[in-house]
Amino acid sequence: MRVRVLYFASLREAVGVSGEELQLPADVSTAGALRAWLRARGAPWDEALAERRALRVAIDQAMAGPQSGLRDGAEVAFFPPVTGG
Amino acid sequence: MPVRVQTEDFDVGVEITRLRAGRPGVGAVAAFVGTVRDLTDGEGVTTMTLEHYPGMTERALEAIVDRARARWDLDDLVVVHRVGELRPLDQIVLVAVTSAHRGDAFAACAFVMDWLKTQAPFWKKEAGPRGARWVDARESDDAAAARWGDVPAPNASGPR
Repeated sequence: MRVRVLYFASLREAVGVSGEELQLPADVSTAGALRAWLRARGAPWDEALAERRALRVAIDQAMAGPQSGLRDGAEVAFFPPVTGG
Repeated sequence: MPVRVQTEDFDVGVEITRLRAGRPGVGAVAAFVGTVRDLTDGEGVTTMTLEHYPGMTERALEAIVDRARARWDLDDLVVVHRVGELRPLDQIVLVAVTSAHRGDAFAACAFVMDWLKTQAPFWKKEAGPRGARWVDARESDDAAAARWGDVPAPNASGPR
């Protein structure tokens, strides 16, 4: 499936792009699997998306978790903990 | 629109006047304004830049407003959050709530702020004499959101 992946704040700076369109292999069907697949591309993704980092994920602009399923055409956003207000 | 994300400043008086106009049933107005400090954890702050996730931010704020409306007896409510580059003394965020009685207004105002801080996609970057840094989320803010029950996913704590 095809998804749009977005990065915000310190994560956007670490990976050097704000977003990308990606064609995913069939076995990448959850937010957590996508994170691992991105990390497997090597630097800077491996470090920026490392499991030890507290990152949040949203799917189609709603907070989600690693087990949340992806759909074709989804907008998936990874970002650090939020700090507004 | 009960929710606005904007670069421009806001006028608390104008916002409250608008909320109360033609609403004689209102007996209480509670408002919170968050402002930029010149010091964070001992570090001087000369500018604060606020980034957000356009689209999701508005949806997240509207969902918080809907929860507040469902939980308390409110007349009306407005949330204004600024983005872009701000300086110490600038206003960042306004939550204003009107209700027949003060209890609902106070509680809903605090609830919206507590949830906003942990559930709405905004990020602060502070710059000072020693350079720029992204502000860290605080576990105390997760605790503040959790005190309302119906706990949202923790924001600051732990890798996951």
